[in-house]
Amino acid sequence: MIRRFASNKGAVIGVLILLLVIGLALTADLLFPRGPWAMVQRPFLVPFTMDGFPLGTDTLGRDVAAGLVHGARVSLLVGLVSTVVALAIGVPLGAIAGFYGGWADEGAMRFTEFFQTIPNFALAIVLVAILEPTLTSITLAIAIVSWPPVARLVRAEVMAVKSREYVDAARLAGLSKARILTTEVLPNTVSPIIVMASLMVATAILLESSLSFLGLGDPNAMSWGYMIGAARTVIRSAWWLSFFPGVAILVTVLALNLIGEGLNDALNPHLSRKGTA
Amino acid sequence: MAVLVPVLGRLAKALLTLLAIAVLNFFLIHAAPGDPAVVLAGEAGAADEQMIAQLRERFGLDQPFHVQLGSYVWNIVQLDFGYSFRQGAPVLDLILDRLPATLILTLTAFVISLTLGIILGVAASARVGKASDSLLTTLALLFYATPLYWAALMAVLVFSVELGWLPGFGYETVGANYTGLARVWDVIKHLILPASTLGLFFMAVYMRMTRASMLEVSQMDFVKTARAKGLSGPVIRRRHILRNAILPVVTLAGLQAGQLVGGAVLTETVFAWPGIGRLMFESLAARDYNTILGVFLVSAAMVIVFNILTDLVYRLVDPRIGARA
Repeated sequence: MIRRFASNKGAVIGVLILLLVIGLALTADLLFPRGPWAMVQRPFLVPFTMDGFPLGTDTLGRDVAAGLVHGARVSLLVGLVSTVVALAIGVPLGAIAGFYGGWADEGAMRFTEFFQTIPNFALAIVLVAILEPTLTSITLAIAIVSWPPVARLVRAEVMAVKSREYVDAARLAGLSKARILTTEVLPNTVSPIIVMASLMVATAILLESSLSFLGLGDPNAMSWGYMIGAARTVIRSAWWLSFFPGVAILVTVLALNLIGEGLNDALNPHLSRKGTA
Repeated sequence: MAVLVPVLGRLAKALLTLLAIAVLNFFLIHAAPGDPAVVLAGEAGAADEQMIAQLRERFGLDQPFHVQLGSYVWNIVQLDFGYSFRQGAPVLDLILDRLPATLILTLTAFVISLTLGIILGVAASARVGKASDSLLTTLALLFYATPLYWAALMAVLVFSVELGWLPGFGYETVGANYTGLARVWDVIKHLILPASTLGLFFMAVYMRMTRASMLEVSQMDFVKTARAKGLSGPVIRRRHILRNAILPVVTLAGLQAGQLVGGAVLTETVFAWPGIGRLMFESLAARDYNTILGVFLVSAAMVIVFNILTDLVYRLVDPRIGARA
């Protein structure tokens, strides 16, 4: 399986990029000990014109490179935690709906459908605006809008697995329903969930950056979206302030998508690439 | 007329969904930190004691919880979304004023992205494994990872600041007072950048889906039969493969409608496009919750309309669907 993943050139590039971003995020305090908010030079310093400030400075004279490296923390943290929370909502709901069927299925699916009809970015905006923007509320809002596809996927997988022979065998052996679900059925649905989770982290990073672009970021945490949002009005005179953070988002999200596709090909070799769109 | 019956069913379901969103909005107002009356008044009205008292009475905020919920939902049913103290107008008027611009923008982006996505997806699948296929797939992968608002900003930078080809903001040239066709052309010029940057991400999604779906259908037996009959490649692709491959793309397009409407908030913010997304952005800074929740409800309604439309398209493309449902 690992060999299949490693033979996928795109996936390996994705892992390398992601490791680099994680490395930068972890060493942010060592690389830029003054933090992302410190004013270190004159404002609007053009990139590549002064040693020590390769990416220039912003409207207040803050180092753009420091902002990027510290911003990586917020993107990765929010992306990862919100995905975990979304899985924590979606997996049990989908598993119960798929395994028990009947009214539990009906109820859970109506609930999921309702959340899928709501425009998810608009709901995220409303949630963050009402709960006040903090890292917690942003993470929670992204999780709340991202779980429905997980629930649907898990439900479909559980329904496919629960009629297999080894599940019948477990039932004959007298295992309780809950035990069968957690020890026999769910472990066999893990690989598509992993693939979906890696793509969800990418989407969550895009969502977080979009929220902070609109000014709904945590005011105490430097983030890529905030940097672009703050530079939006000066785009005509200082292109680099919006350009570099955007490239950072693009590259990180691209890396995660490549990893997701690589995992999909490695874990589900018998499936076509249907689920990647 | 058999086509209409399921649509009526969907309409009933749509109304139920909107009611549920109204209930959700009510709970959100109560989830906000602080007095709900102050929340409803927004930052602008927070100082005025008399107005707060009026609001409290109007929304029955001194009543038991379930009575409050009932009167809130009843107001929404009557299309009374409350008053925006910030903008000094009823929320419904503000939204209706801005809705046409958003409809033009999202519909154009939807049509552009679906058409181009399907055409490019078909082109890529016809050249699978060749250099042009890899180029298209890589481009789709890039667009898929590009933040919408950043693509919009970069487009402004290149096409409007550097090259000066297209206007970078607004809905029409202010003060030009064009009439007739000249005005239409002016709006179209303003529309090109917002619509294409909003559509870029979705074009990538539809292209990947079309390509995958075309390749999958081309493995099926009836395609082999067509080939054995001696039909030419393009005819098989158009008549046999595309017709079957397009169904999942249309389904996906319907599901993505919500994201398109949400994405409009970002595009409209960058281009100062006077739609409901821009209205939402302006209300965010003002903490004008009444307007934010109103826009939220209306955008959900837009998504439902989009879904019903794609459902109709679906039935037209594949008559078998109606019988099955």
